[in-house]
Amino acid sequence: MKTVSSLLDEHWRERYQKISKLNIRSSIYDITNQCNLRCKGCFFFSSGEHKAASEEKDIKKWETFVDSEKQRGVNLAILIGGEPTLHLDRVEVFYKRLPTFCATNGLIKVPRDKFPDMMLGISLWGDEEDEKILRGKDTFSISSKNYEGDPHTYYLYTITPRQIGKTDRIIGKIQDVGLKVHMQLLSNDEGVDGFFWKPKELSKIRQEMDTMLDKYPNTVISSKYYHEIITTGMMLGWSFGWKECPSVTEPLDTRDPKPKRLIHFIRWASDLKAMHRCCTSETRDCSTCKDGAAHMSWVMVNKRAHMRSAKDLQNWIEIYEMFAKLYQFIPW
Amino acid sequence: MPEEIDRIILRVAQVMIHELKLEDVTPETFEPDVDLVDEVGIDSMDLATVALVLQDEYGIRIDEDDYPKLTTVRFISEYIQKKMDK
Repeated sequence: MKTVSSLLDEHWRERYQKISKLNIRSSIYDITNQCNLRCKGCFFFSSGEHKAASEEKDIKKWETFVDSEKQRGVNLAILIGGEPTLHLDRVEVFYKRLPTFCATNGLIKVPRDKFPDMMLGISLWGDEEDEKILRGKDTFSISSKNYEGDPHTYYLYTITPRQIGKTDRIIGKIQDVGLKVHMQLLSNDEGVDGFFWKPKELSKIRQEMDTMLDKYPNTVISSKYYHEIITTGMMLGWSFGWKECPSVTEPLDTRDPKPKRLIHFIRWASDLKAMHRCCTSETRDCSTCKDGAAHMSWVMVNKRAHMRSAKDLQNWIEIYEMFAKLYQFIPW
Repeated sequence: MPEEIDRIILRVAQVMIHELKLEDVTPETFEPDVDLVDEVGIDSMDLATVALVLQDEYGIRIDEDDYPKLTTVRFISEYIQKKMDK
């Protein structure tokens, strides 16, 4: 039988042992249906999820709800929306009770006296031109001022096909303001012209992402195996899609047979009662989904499948480490 | 009862090999003290899969909160035996 010891040398075994018992149990929470931007391609608005439920406004109910989530075994709250920072009182309810990650567009500065070590992921959709086309404004110029040098903040850079050849400049700008960056790919839920991925472009951007990781090892939080999987949709010969995705809300998961999946994962709507199908849009075609976290989770839940060789297991470790860093389970 | 625990160990190893499709190992060669997470690479979903089968077979309940303690085939077997004795 192949064991971890038989596959890994001491260096890799140490790295494995730092993550092997983390048992991350995440769930995702829509904090609000409102946003201070309306981005073309944002799945929350394009799929009508902002109308799926009316927001719970009673802060006591949020407190009771988060307590029950903690009881359910959740040890990582991922806050999305809408724009969560529009309702910092709700964010605080999570932050006081659970390890919390907050996705934001960075336009509102989260007060660090109230949230000293809450991890923030600032969405960025490209250079100034693409940001204006897709989001109506160049958000980087604002968010980078708000969070320059913040050790608990990184950019979540959603790369579009039009960014090929331009990522170096963007990542250089992020490095210059003293922040980290994690890359993912636009799924183009609203079918904006010129933003669909073609196979040749995916191959090009994979190379470019690899180059960026080599060039900015202290700024880019990524791994080459992740680049392979997100650009090809393939892992160990399997294709990503509905039958494989691990990030489906558990009580709504009627798949048979059930694939390896995130235990107890739920994506809650902001009424704290309704559930969404998965970590992203209900209307998205899973076969072309480019969601970064879903692809990372796909690898993470399939550990033993990666125990066929030392290289495969090392790839698995690198992706798990990346996820654990992005959500502050281990340091940068 | 050492014989009873040995029988449970063999059966737990058998279930684990079958349910998790472990290769190049038999119930007899499965080292009962090997760390299932650190060495065999199983995760909590694997453990949940195995626990479902063992619960049915032995008529016991394996609490999810107890998973972190169930790190070897021997510990799982002793846990089962204790529950059966109650």
